Amino acid sequence: MGNFIMDSLVSAASVIAAGLSIGLAAIGPGIGQGQAAGAAVEGIARQPEAENQIRGTLLLSLAFMEALTIYGLVVALSLLFANPFTS
Amino acid sequence: MYFFNLLNTPLFISSGVEVGVHYYWNIAGINVHGQVFIVMWFVIMFLIVASLLGTSKLERIPKGWQNFMEFFLEFSQEIAKNQIGESFYRPWVPFISTLFLFILGCNWAGAIIPWKLLELPEGELAAPTNDINTTIALSLLVSLCYFFGGLRKKGLGYFKRYVQPTPILLPINILEDFTKPLSLSFRLFGNVLADELTVTVLTILVPLIIPLPIMILGLFAGSVQALIFSTLAAAYIAEALE
Repeated sequence: MGNFIMDSLVSAASVIAAGLSIGLAAIGPGIGQGQAAGAAVEGIARQPEAENQIRGTLLLSLAFMEALTIYGLVVALSLLFANPFTS
Repeated sequence: MYFFNLLNTPLFISSGVEVGVHYYWNIAGINVHGQVFIVMWFVIMFLIVASLLGTSKLERIPKGWQNFMEFFLEFSQEIAKNQIGESFYRPWVPFISTLFLFILGCNWAGAIIPWKLLELPEGELAAPTNDINTTIALSLLVSLCYFFGGLRKKGLGYFKRYVQPTPILLPINILEDFTKPLSLSFRLFGNVLADELTVTVLTILVPLIIPLPIMILGLFAGSVQALIFSTLAAAYIAEALE
């Protein structure tokens, strides 16, 4: 019975942790990517012939910021599917 | 109808997604993930056949398949040239373009080809890059290459860059040698696995039409991640060479 409670406690904690992990991890990069896109649009508006280069740099920077959210997602996925704490 | 069991066993959604179930092969005492090998061999065969067809009857003014392959060659040359610089980029073009084409082929093979039609005894066929082992192998290759490039160019003087511009940054520079392959591998792995899981879960919920935008997003994200991986590999090599 004690084992049952411990297992369900660990599982419940893992689910909450997974939700928090991905939720919080999406905030910072979301703000950062919005600002980067805004600056890129401003750059294109100011100098339309640089559009290709601006777009290339923007995509590269977006992928970097995306990686930070992905780290949070990896933690969430491993808590849900490859949890080292459940038996 | 859909069975969730949280209590004592790993989480399985019984109508389709199996995360962490692999088709194990025992080769010389080592257990490897067979489903990754199968799709990887397919991608490798496809790339070899495409290159052989593209270079079989070379013409000065390219047309047809040769033209198509030259587009990819120019694209990867641009990546290497932009990052490494005009004078040193040429020896690195094969490596960078292999990385780009292989990762692009793996991601798109996982997204486009209907692997579900082939049934494996255990596990399922999907993009090889959804396995953390594949992406870690690729990023360790990149790590090895930039070390090799730096050591070949500067000999043991390569290790001076750990104390530049100030020796206080020594721990950070050493840490960077670990975080570079880590972030490379996790970025690629996370993007591919996240897209596959999203498509799988959406397909379980609404099998028609709704997963399509996510699948198209997966194609786009797969190609962007291939570009990012090869660009970053070229950037790390450039950093080691300067």
